[in-house]
Amino acid sequence: MSDSKSIFIKESTLTSADGDQRQFIRTALGGYYKNRDLYKAKYRDWELARDAASLAKWSAVNNLAEVLEKFVAKFESNGGKVHWARDAAEARQIILHLLAKANAKAVIKSKCMTTEEIHLNDALEKAGYGVVESDLGEFIQQLRGEAPYHFVFPCMHLKREAISDLFTKHLGTAATDSPEELTMIARKHLRKLYITADVGITGANFLVADTGQISITENEGNARLTAAMPRVHIALSGIEKVINSIDDLAVLLPMLATAGAGQPMTCYNTLYAGPKKPGERDGPEEFHLVLLDNARTQLLADPEQRDALHCIRCGACLNVCPIFKNIGGHAYGTTYQGPIGSVITPHLRGLKDWNHLSGASSLCGACTDACPVRIDLHHHLLQNRRNAAKVVPNLFDRVFHGTFNFVIQRPALFSLGGKVFRKTFGLLKYLPVPYLGTWLKSRDLPAIPKKSFREEWKESKNV
Amino acid sequence: MSDARKEIMARIREALKTPSPKPHLKGESAKVTGRAWLPEVGDTKAETYALLSDNLAKLKAHFHPVENLDQAVSLVKDLALKKNWKTIAYHKNELVTPVAQAIEGESWAVDDAFTKDKLEAADVGLTSCVSIVAQFGAILVSSETSGGRGLSILPPVHVVIAKADQVVPDLAACFEQVNAQFKGKMPSMLSFITGPSRTGDIERILVLGAHGPKELYLILIG
Repeated sequence: MSDSKSIFIKESTLTSADGDQRQFIRTALGGYYKNRDLYKAKYRDWELARDAASLAKWSAVNNLAEVLEKFVAKFESNGGKVHWARDAAEARQIILHLLAKANAKAVIKSKCMTTEEIHLNDALEKAGYGVVESDLGEFIQQLRGEAPYHFVFPCMHLKREAISDLFTKHLGTAATDSPEELTMIARKHLRKLYITADVGITGANFLVADTGQISITENEGNARLTAAMPRVHIALSGIEKVINSIDDLAVLLPMLATAGAGQPMTCYNTLYAGPKKPGERDGPEEFHLVLLDNARTQLLADPEQRDALHCIRCGACLNVCPIFKNIGGHAYGTTYQGPIGSVITPHLRGLKDWNHLSGASSLCGACTDACPVRIDLHHHLLQNRRNAAKVVPNLFDRVFHGTFNFVIQRPALFSLGGKVFRKTFGLLKYLPVPYLGTWLKSRDLPAIPKKSFREEWKESKNV
Repeated sequence: MSDARKEIMARIREALKTPSPKPHLKGESAKVTGRAWLPEVGDTKAETYALLSDNLAKLKAHFHPVENLDQAVSLVKDLALKKNWKTIAYHKNELVTPVAQAIEGESWAVDDAFTKDKLEAADVGLTSCVSIVAQFGAILVSSETSGGRGLSILPPVHVVIAKADQVVPDLAACFEQVNAQFKGKMPSMLSFITGPSRTGDIERILVLGAHGPKELYLILIG
């Protein structure tokens, strides 16, 4: 069993048994469900809007080479500089090089899952840079030394008392049980850091090909500040974030907000085209964009699951997933949790070690229904299971099906087998069949008839 | 061209040799912007304004329609007294300058050189805007015409002065206008501001004023 799988089983067993925490997560998501439904209902046709969003992403992803070339040319004509990274190590190296060139000391970051994916903070800290996460949830997780719990709501698993204790320990502030006061503590602490930081690092939600802009969606204003105050702005983005036109944002921005956070539109949606321009009052002197592959092209090469690259990282599939709600975000052990994470992680980090995530699904399809860009998530989980069986055949399945296949073709053996099975069925719970013991802890075995159908049939003819 | 760029582009071209079927979409014939399917915007100007007013109220932004610039000036003057605004940072503009200069207290323009600390110490950022999207109550500001990047995000209060004819019904119309106005030479920043800064990171409970302005005012003239 791979490490990632045994950790997953251990963690998910623990968290799914924690009733209080499960209840807390459900309560926290309650407001999201209410608002999401409220604002979805305001759409003249949510389903057709999903079609439009899906088509916008499909046409960019399926013409990725041309659209990306167009974007890069336009982005650079706006005064930005593009850097290409084949994998995580190359991306880290590029960013470290840019920081050294900028003679940077302090770095401020806004929320960016791609930087989590390449483990950027570790690399920056090892190289001696002070790096601070400015998104409130990410700031809290950084103080805790813990990965985000949910890629949109990073600290949704924490109660306010835990956050208050954390702030007391690290920032020396007085205890409080008011979310507002806690938010103001972080606001006050981070404000001076925007001003003193030399470099601001952000992600990107969309790369707009026809205008050469990058689009960043947020609620807090920390990304705005990160891209406004420091001398240098570095953005990191996967290559699949590109879209054809600024016009596509008319549907993508509202849908990202409604599906992801139950809002009509998030508080700040900002388009950046290059560094400070002549005549502009402030802004960074340099603007760098690092475009990351990191196995995205492998997913692109699979036409069956290519649509997983349509993902706009709204997190809607996590919020509705019965598995996520019961095992929580940390059990996955991945950068991207929930159904989308279970679909793409085997592609990004290897099917052999991560196929177990595709088994952790009830295949209820709630994720597919929730996805604003119509990714066929639950079928992709099935496809991953099928693909995994080719890479790592399950010994139990093979022996079981092989035996069954042999026996079913031999009537005498089948009849004998049936007899033996009926006699020994009650002993089944003592056999080391995987998971059966757990299953039977709270369930009884069904009653088994004394005779087989064939025996009864024969007897009925004799009457 | 860098090796990495060449290699990634080659991987993309190789990967896309096998096409994936175009999704069967019911709405395929309609415009990809999805304009017809997004939330209603109303047919008349009056309906559009009513929608804007409603959206801003839901966002907890302060909306003050006034008839002319004089009214805007006296309104902001009164607000400044009531709210105890002492230092006002603004950018020079036909709508903004008269308002900023009428306020009692210190007002200074970002058009002259300024330090980040000075902007951080301002009580209010006073700006114009590019347009206002009624569909979502979103105010579009630009680094070119709305006083740069910091003015609309760093001070704890943001006051926007605009004319009623800057209101557009929906996002699609807003992008049409942006494309026409900037003609391929986009400002380095265009930002939709939809209500005061907010977060729900602690127990998913809404708190206003996470990092950006805690209060947002829109003064709409005409």
